[in-house]
Amino acid sequence: MASGSSLSLLRVAPVVHVLGLVILIFSFTMLAPLLTALVAHDDAQHAFDESFAITLAAGVALWLIGRRWQRELKVRDGFLLVILVWTGLPAVATLPFIIYTPEMSFTDAYFEAISGLTTTGATVMSGLDDLPPSLNLWRHLLQWLGGMGIIVLAVAILPLLGVGGRQLLKAELPGPIKDSKLTPRIADTAKLLWAMYAGLTALCAVALKLAGMSWFDAICHAFATLSLGGFSTHDASIGHFNSPLIEAVLIVFMLLAALNFVTHFLAFRQKRLAAYRHDPEVRGVLGLVLASCLGISVYVWQAGVYPEYLTALRHVSFNLVSLATDCGFASTDYNGWPMFSTMWMLFLSCVAASSGSTGGGLKMIRSMILMRQGVRELEHQLHPAARLPVKVGGHAVPNQIVFAIQAFVMMYIATVVTMTLVLLASGLDFVSAFSAVIACINNAGPGLNEVGPGTNYAGLNDFQTWVLAFTMLLGRLELFTVFVLFTRAFWRG
Amino acid sequence: MKIIILGAGQVGANLAASLVAENNDITVVDLDIARLALLQDRFDLRTVRGHAAHPSTLKKAGADDADMLVAVTQSDETNLVACRLAATLFNIPARIARIRSNDFLESEGEFLAEHFGVDHVISPEQEVTETLRRLIEHPEALQVLEFAEGRLRLVAVRAYHGGPLVGHELQDLRRHMPDIDARVAAIYRRDRGIVPKGITVIEPGDEVFFLARKQDIPVVMRELRRMERPVKRVMIAGGGNIGKRLAARLERDYEVKLIDHNKTTCAYLAEQLHRTLVLQGDATDEELLEQENIEAIDVFCALTNDDEDNIMSALLAKRMGAQRVIALINRSAYVNLVQGGEIDIAISPAQATVSPLLSKIRRGDMAAVHSLRRGAAEVLEIVVHGDFKTSKVVGRRIGDVALPEGAAIAAVIRGEEVLIAHHDTLIEAEDHLIVFALNKRIIPKVEKLFQVGFGFF
Repeated sequence: MASGSSLSLLRVAPVVHVLGLVILIFSFTMLAPLLTALVAHDDAQHAFDESFAITLAAGVALWLIGRRWQRELKVRDGFLLVILVWTGLPAVATLPFIIYTPEMSFTDAYFEAISGLTTTGATVMSGLDDLPPSLNLWRHLLQWLGGMGIIVLAVAILPLLGVGGRQLLKAELPGPIKDSKLTPRIADTAKLLWAMYAGLTALCAVALKLAGMSWFDAICHAFATLSLGGFSTHDASIGHFNSPLIEAVLIVFMLLAALNFVTHFLAFRQKRLAAYRHDPEVRGVLGLVLASCLGISVYVWQAGVYPEYLTALRHVSFNLVSLATDCGFASTDYNGWPMFSTMWMLFLSCVAASSGSTGGGLKMIRSMILMRQGVRELEHQLHPAARLPVKVGGHAVPNQIVFAIQAFVMMYIATVVTMTLVLLASGLDFVSAFSAVIACINNAGPGLNEVGPGTNYAGLNDFQTWVLAFTMLLGRLELFTVFVLFTRAFWRG
Repeated sequence: MKIIILGAGQVGANLAASLVAENNDITVVDLDIARLALLQDRFDLRTVRGHAAHPSTLKKAGADDADMLVAVTQSDETNLVACRLAATLFNIPARIARIRSNDFLESEGEFLAEHFGVDHVISPEQEVTETLRRLIEHPEALQVLEFAEGRLRLVAVRAYHGGPLVGHELQDLRRHMPDIDARVAAIYRRDRGIVPKGITVIEPGDEVFFLARKQDIPVVMRELRRMERPVKRVMIAGGGNIGKRLAARLERDYEVKLIDHNKTTCAYLAEQLHRTLVLQGDATDEELLEQENIEAIDVFCALTNDDEDNIMSALLAKRMGAQRVIALINRSAYVNLVQGGEIDIAISPAQATVSPLLSKIRRGDMAAVHSLRRGAAEVLEIVVHGDFKTSKVVGRRIGDVALPEGAAIAAVIRGEEVLIAHHDTLIEAEDHLIVFALNKRIIPKVEKLFQVGFGFF
């Protein structure tokens, strides 16, 4: 056993060294809310003072501890690092919450932080309107940082410090097509994408301000929109503003954020929209969402929820786009809509977001490949000798990837079933349990019933909260990254 | 003419054979001594062994005073470099390169001419693909040629019992279809050419060549034979260069199935082609053909590299119910053997390549030359220059032109206009005349007739 544990130490220690560096850098992001607290004179200043100091110290400590085992990271270390970062950062991110509200449990604070960093947007906090601005900013900042993956950011910076980061991207970037590199160097690619992300966020903030929000709200909501997180500074979420204009702006930016950022970048660089036409996912995402909006709005209107069709269209469009893109804003309590429409929205949240976007779930590309794989099997019955490649955007997808996707979807379904059963066992009703698992694994946000848009996750007990926090992590890291840690082979050399 | 041919492969050898027959001084260059020896035994020409793109080889082949260089090696790059050298070092006036890769073909025109000194590009694969496409468009035809960007077509068709015009005189054609202008340019009866007159009676089994505007072709064809169902389903055996091109060309308009036996090739084809159904297997495998509903196939094209395979799979497909079968056959002996039997059409890729080159070596201004009936006859698109005094044709009515026996002016292309020839059509300068020559012997006479007298210069 002794040799086993020393092997594990050899594996973990160099990763801890890098983790220390990431936490160290992360601590500096706390300066933004600190500054806000100073400017706004809210009473949360001390929370950020202390949090910053503790986080900085923790980062430095880990960095020093790991230094003895410093070495170039390998692919396997990438998995471990990604998971440590995604569990470690939420842990330190809880500090401002706990210090400001001592009565808040660590469980709830951790749930809030990981919900932010995984861009889920499920919240256990209420009374958001009365929260100090700095604390609200912190929640949204977490989402924004989580948005394109703190790792992508780290990948842009860590190579400067002499740490090879290529393997991180492999483990981190969502979706099966990972070879759409824009520049030969991974760090440059990350920087370009990050700039694109920041640019769109700024654009969104200005648009929201022009649509009638205050600057603070506009910036916070822009953070939550581009990251498809879905936190709001108000308990009533977007319903608080009751403005069709704001909803329209948000719909546009949510859809933009649900498309691949590489595609955005290509379109930006070429100054032409052709990039969107060549991206096989764009048509799928927009087509599916548009058709669903029209269909469901008619359905909801016919069911008599709203007397006017236009009202139905407005509310369905916003909430459907919000859930389908895994953002999770709500403009009304759609829990009362007919079950079919809300279930359809949850289904969309599983499939609608693009790879390379900040959305979650299976991703459109996987759904498309799987559909075609199904059609291929049918065609194979009719033409046994035929050579039928699965094609996306005119390119054949290697069978190896099709198999990997099948395994992924299998694992995804198994996870949903398992987690739902666990929640049922803990005493939650079926609709709440199922919708909460779907909303968390897709990093969408609100579910139905007890965790629906009209309420939040505060009603759950500690056990259920931890289960869902873990589900968010699974969804964000695309299952395999986490599961690989539970294999014996990973820990044997 | 002194002509250097680079490459003694299928295309090169065939080209050499036809050009020698037309009284040219031919030098063939190749690396393979055995191939050269074979050519030297069969034809009256000179051979040089060496790399086709090396200046020393070209010099040895007499590039200094050659009139034309034809680079038809397997390699595009060699052909391009040879043309460049011919232009820069040796000042050979005419340079022709064979290009296979689509990459070069798509950037054709100015680019190849400017930077590689290529006057004219030939692409056997493209020629054959186009020939096949035209045959699939007119499934009853034996051969289809296009003039004036496809608006005017020359079609060869076999007359059958039951066609309204069969057993009648040609002049009845006008009475049957008063609105349609078409002209029968030649008739072959038991392989002998007949210059058609108004009173010529069409017999069953005749091979009839007629010219008409594109849209009138089906109507004329209906006069000569019963129509087959329009082509919807095409099966291609062999996924080589030609098979792949054809499938890509057809897949939008037809339901295409492509069979190849090689697994890797199939994988590649399935990726490249978007609507074609790629099948892995043997085109001579009865079960596979059965499985893929061969009896519903309208046109079956056997396009592998192997003549025997093509013949066998085409025969099998025909026997199993394919409406019409086309086989790609390189050896001319085989072509004569199978055509007109169970195999409806035999296509020789070499012949398709030689045709476009012929226009370059002819005297007079030839816009295009097409071989018919495996080289026995020709259709020439001749541009006429000069005026009434210097030319023997300009300013005269077609009926008054002293054409040699066996030749006929079938149509006139004047700018954008297409005129079907009548004996009273007046010929103007710069007209393109479509002249049909029943046999090759009279071609020098035709060339002479259309040359401008010395007074023109």
